[in-house]
Amino acid sequence: MIYSEKVMEHFANPLNVGELPDANGVGEVGNAKCGDIMRMYVKVENGVIADARFKTFGCGAAIATSSIATEMIKGKSVDEALALTNKAVVEALDGLPAAKLHCSVLAEQAVKAAVADYYKRQGVDPELFL
Amino acid sequence: MNKTIAYLDNAATTKISESVLAGTERYLRESYGNPSSIYSLGRESERAVMKAREQTAAALGCDPNEIYFTGGGSESDNWALKGVCELMRERGKRHIITSAFEHHAVLRVLEGLEKKGFGVTYLPVYEDGAVRVGDLEKAIRPDTALVTVMYANNEIGTVQPIAEIGEVCGEYGVIFHTDAVQAVGNIPVSVKKENIDMLSLSGHKIHAMKGTGALYVKSGLKLPPLIEGGAQERGRRAGTENVAGIAGLGIAVEEAMGCMAEKNASLLEKRERIYDAVMKIERTRLNGGLERRLANNLNFSFEGVEGEALLLQLDMKGIAASSGSACTSGSLDPSHVLLALGLPHEIAHGSLRITLSKYTTDGEVDYFLEQLPPIVEKLRALSPVWEKIKKV
Repeated sequence: MIYSEKVMEHFANPLNVGELPDANGVGEVGNAKCGDIMRMYVKVENGVIADARFKTFGCGAAIATSSIATEMIKGKSVDEALALTNKAVVEALDGLPAAKLHCSVLAEQAVKAAVADYYKRQGVDPELFL
Repeated sequence: MNKTIAYLDNAATTKISESVLAGTERYLRESYGNPSSIYSLGRESERAVMKAREQTAAALGCDPNEIYFTGGGSESDNWALKGVCELMRERGKRHIITSAFEHHAVLRVLEGLEKKGFGVTYLPVYEDGAVRVGDLEKAIRPDTALVTVMYANNEIGTVQPIAEIGEVCGEYGVIFHTDAVQAVGNIPVSVKKENIDMLSLSGHKIHAMKGTGALYVKSGLKLPPLIEGGAQERGRRAGTENVAGIAGLGIAVEEAMGCMAEKNASLLEKRERIYDAVMKIERTRLNGGLERRLANNLNFSFEGVEGEALLLQLDMKGIAASSGSACTSGSLDPSHVLLALGLPHEIAHGSLRITLSKYTTDGEVDYFLEQLPPIVEKLRALSPVWEKIKKV
């Protein structure tokens, strides 16, 4: 299996790693049985993703998609973050091997889960937005 | 491409030995005759094949006429299983016994035979990484056609009670096949003493070329031909022989037999050093027992770490190893071997297989032991699973 240089770059030196103590939205997707768990933290200020971090248990692609997804939503509005698709994640990484496409889906779901948690904490039904 | 500084994946494949290279070059350069031809150039090739057959037979303790050269271990497994079942079906025998942690070259074939009406019993594998002969005896039925249990497991290196299995099979008159791809050349094998009817072996695991292997078939067993269309391999595996590959296999087998005790002593020393150092990493486990295990194999699981990420990190440091992680197999399930041992999925995903060879140096071992702990630590630092484990 061959990963793109971009994937290896994000795997070797992932961006936005770790917890975010003052996060106001946290989402976790995947399960250990399948070998991938992604937890994403977002800090929303005035409707904008001021900061995003992640912790991931998973393969090279899972770590790379987490890294790029957090990078792609930082500084964006909540609506823009929700519009992030797995396809955009794959494109930003210059492609993923077919067997690893599910990792990009997981990244998209992790962002949505974190934002849903943010809405919940604000007393808003996330179903209205997702 | 990263430079490989430590090659620790010798159960995947091995470096070709100098003596194999030196002893086979002439069959590629000068002695290119067809072994079936009558002139001297052909006879020279024929002699090379004959010699390799004798060398291979000597290593297994059988007659040269019981050795059939093939294109590798998987081919040998496929031929043995499909052939014997075709034979036994005519006699109304439609039951096969195997272990839950065979190589896929056995398991996939058996799945195919199940679709064709055969029943398969999968013997459980215990925590030590071995099957029990008592379970085998209980599983044998009057219609049991075949028992196929690997000699040594390819992922965890555990050696199975082959002589005892052979004895039971002999008692009940059941044909016994063993996939000995990881065993031949690494531990003494004797098909007669161990009552083995068929045995698969591979060349590239013991410093010969890829695409070479052999099947031992006990004389008298009428295994149907694999390939028809020529007199090669006594008409059972037709096609002009891979002369250089076969010659290399013979040399490699002989060489492995000659230095086995010395090699294993040196491997055990290195293995012990790796074991002691790696087990110091917290929440690390060894998969399979240490007692009856190939001297070149270790298989660890690091809690909270995913195997493919670990392999990629090691690769970035020039270390080649392998994992039972799902991500390295292209499926979503982790290693069936580790699951058969009773490991939970998340632990099986975090496995690391280290396999040595006679070419592994102390320098490679030192380098690996120096690089591994910070990599495990780095991956755990970004693992939400590890965070939960630590809280417990």
